[in-house]
Amino acid sequence: MEATRVDTEGLPTADALAPLLPGGAIRAGGTYSVPESVLLAQTMLQAASAAGAWCAVVGVPSFGVEAAAAAGIDLDRLVLVPDPGDQWLAVTAALADVAQIVLTRPLGRVVPGDVARLSARLRQRGAALVALGSWPGADVTLRVTESHWSGIGQGHGYLTERRVTVTASGRAGAVRPTSTELLLPAADGSVRAAVPVAASAGARVLRPVAVAS
Amino acid sequence: MLPGAGGSRAGLPGVGLPGSGAVRADALSRGAGLPEPPPTRTIVLWCPDWPVIAAARAAGAPPEQPFALIAKGLVFASSASARQVGVVRGLRVREAQARCTDLVTQPYDDALDHRAFEPVIRAIEAAAPGVEVLRPGTIALRARGPARYHGGERAAATILAGIAADHGAPGVRAGVADTPFAAEQAARARPTRPGERVRMVPVGGSGSFLAPLPLGVLGDPDLAMVLGRLGLTTLGDFAALTDEQVRDRFGVPGAFLHRLAGGRDPREVSARDVPPDLEVQASFEPPLDRADQIAFAFRRSADEFAAKLRAAGLVATTIRVGIVDERDVLLERVWAHPRWFDAADVVDRVRWQLAGGVDPTGLEAPVTTVVLEPVAVDDLANHERGLWGSGPDERVHHGLARVQGMVGHDGVVTPRIGGGRTLAERIVLVPWGDAPAGGERALAVVRDRPWPGKLPGPPPATVLERPRPVDVVAADGGSVDVDDRGTLTGEPERFRSDGDRGGRFSAVTAWAGPWPLVVRWWESGGRRLHRLQLVDDDGRAWYLVLADHRWWAEAIAT
Repeated sequence: MEATRVDTEGLPTADALAPLLPGGAIRAGGTYSVPESVLLAQTMLQAASAAGAWCAVVGVPSFGVEAAAAAGIDLDRLVLVPDPGDQWLAVTAALADVAQIVLTRPLGRVVPGDVARLSARLRQRGAALVALGSWPGADVTLRVTESHWSGIGQGHGYLTERRVTVTASGRAGAVRPTSTELLLPAADGSVRAAVPVAASAGARVLRPVAVAS
Repeated sequence: MLPGAGGSRAGLPGVGLPGSGAVRADALSRGAGLPEPPPTRTIVLWCPDWPVIAAARAAGAPPEQPFALIAKGLVFASSASARQVGVVRGLRVREAQARCTDLVTQPYDDALDHRAFEPVIRAIEAAAPGVEVLRPGTIALRARGPARYHGGERAAATILAGIAADHGAPGVRAGVADTPFAAEQAARARPTRPGERVRMVPVGGSGSFLAPLPLGVLGDPDLAMVLGRLGLTTLGDFAALTDEQVRDRFGVPGAFLHRLAGGRDPREVSARDVPPDLEVQASFEPPLDRADQIAFAFRRSADEFAAKLRAAGLVATTIRVGIVDERDVLLERVWAHPRWFDAADVVDRVRWQLAGGVDPTGLEAPVTTVVLEPVAVDDLANHERGLWGSGPDERVHHGLARVQGMVGHDGVVTPRIGGGRTLAERIVLVPWGDAPAGGERALAVVRDRPWPGKLPGPPPATVLERPRPVDVVAADGGSVDVDDRGTLTGEPERFRSDGDRGGRFSAVTAWAGPWPLVVRWWESGGRRLHRLQLVDDDGRAWYLVLADHRWWAEAIAT
């Protein structure tokens, strides 16, 4: 995958996401769009947080804290601004000074001028932005295209594990879309690459359902 | 900048920092490049060992008797004769008694202290306006008025010191300087000539006067220790660092003390206009006549005052307390604080002011109203106690305090996982700068308790703050319900999450449950809830709760 800019340093990135991103890592100063999946966005934060950096979340009042902790984000270095009101852009920019990765939910239209200013600030601070929604000019957009929950049946079991296909697409024409299969989440709440399952046509495999002790 | 005032801009030798000297426009200065405002000369009257004098007088102890006041198990103040045998402030009680076997000790009572000092305050108030009480034994006032009246600062200070001594504060010394901090240090300084009672620091000479003093006088032992390890021992060494160096390493509280050490008054420069509507008033019907009762009743108003200020992004550095009694007599006093007032400090000042009456119970007539208003305020960001230690943490704290200035104190939170059975209960959001109620340890204890009814499986990434009403429908079109035995009345076939916005039904591809959750079964208002998990045909998993025959979405695994 070719990078369209001069190589800037990469931030710590979860192994599961490496195949989806150009250069195999989140770029300092990069902006990423994850339109739907909060857990996927949390995974973008996980490696940087585990490496000791601060992470910030803006405008997501329903942020699942336990899920973030299970995915590997350190709550001691996580800051939330659940309700920034109409100042979400200013708050996001201010938090770019503090945190290495900022997760933000855009409220309303995003003006390209603001996007350019924010990108410049991110590059200057060595931070990255993950937008929970559409973001004009995002370097990579990650979407969940297929998903299958296991552990739950018709009236029995419980939600245990979700196997998904995540597709990454870059700016129009710049990067070919790539896909990879992830467990989002796995049974313990973490997110990791899915081991390919040998396709056995027809036979249904009964798997033991684990019960947390 | 005034000649001689403040520290030089050159970096300390051996501390390698860029000498670009660019001044950052930040919250502490009104703008880059503005000259410092002219200093307001201040007179500080200081009575040495005032707490001991007041307490010894009240206890009837002879002056040559070694006497010490105890607070929190440590020596708070000691008389001159006790100090000679080694009983100094900060010593443990046992140690002090070992050093001086005939030491008389008494617990420190700040109300008595203030009551005894009240006559002195009133006498000074009668002689000069604008008196600010820092603590019992120390008074600050602007020098301009008295100096003009008495023909010179030295004459004014001498006369005021004499008035204070006549009214029961023996040995009062006066200091005159550009800033309250420098004037207080001047008053405390050892006299250069025997019998000298007034120490004058010339205009602009505060910096050089303060330079040889040790760092302990700043009143912050942590800072003194850290600076000591860096090789800085005097205020002059500290003031020689640049503003940027101190700010980066110690943050805003350190920058505040740095300005003090350099003979510049941080409060004058950063004082903001007091916005209206910050006044707080408490009325008592019927009028109360006991000081402790009034102070207790005022506690809520003090909390309200602190909350109002904090919501406006401010802290009060000087307040005015007005007490109105039954005869409609108003007693007003202005209180200053070396740092800033929190709710407990405010209640203390009210208590001291009430205790200052002539009557032994402290009040001349029952009190009907207590009024509190801020006189001088400062930006909250300047005064939050940050995390000590490494530079990056301080920078994070400074940045987050700035965001708090934009969205309010409660707008910036850190998450914690607490205890509870519903997913939303388990999320505890603590505003930045606060500690969770009960402390971190209490939260961990609550979290580790067994919470029966918690479902296994990975936690969902979206936990709705307010449960959203949803529809779960069986094959026959009726809503799925749970009967008394805890079984579903029909299999969930179709599901709609946004019925109120005109959403469509989608098919249910997988489901599991119901799991009962009985909340407070021992109370008559106890509720019986049922949990259900289902997956719709978009592949999204929903965590649902049935309450009172209606379905609500608690969380979504997205």
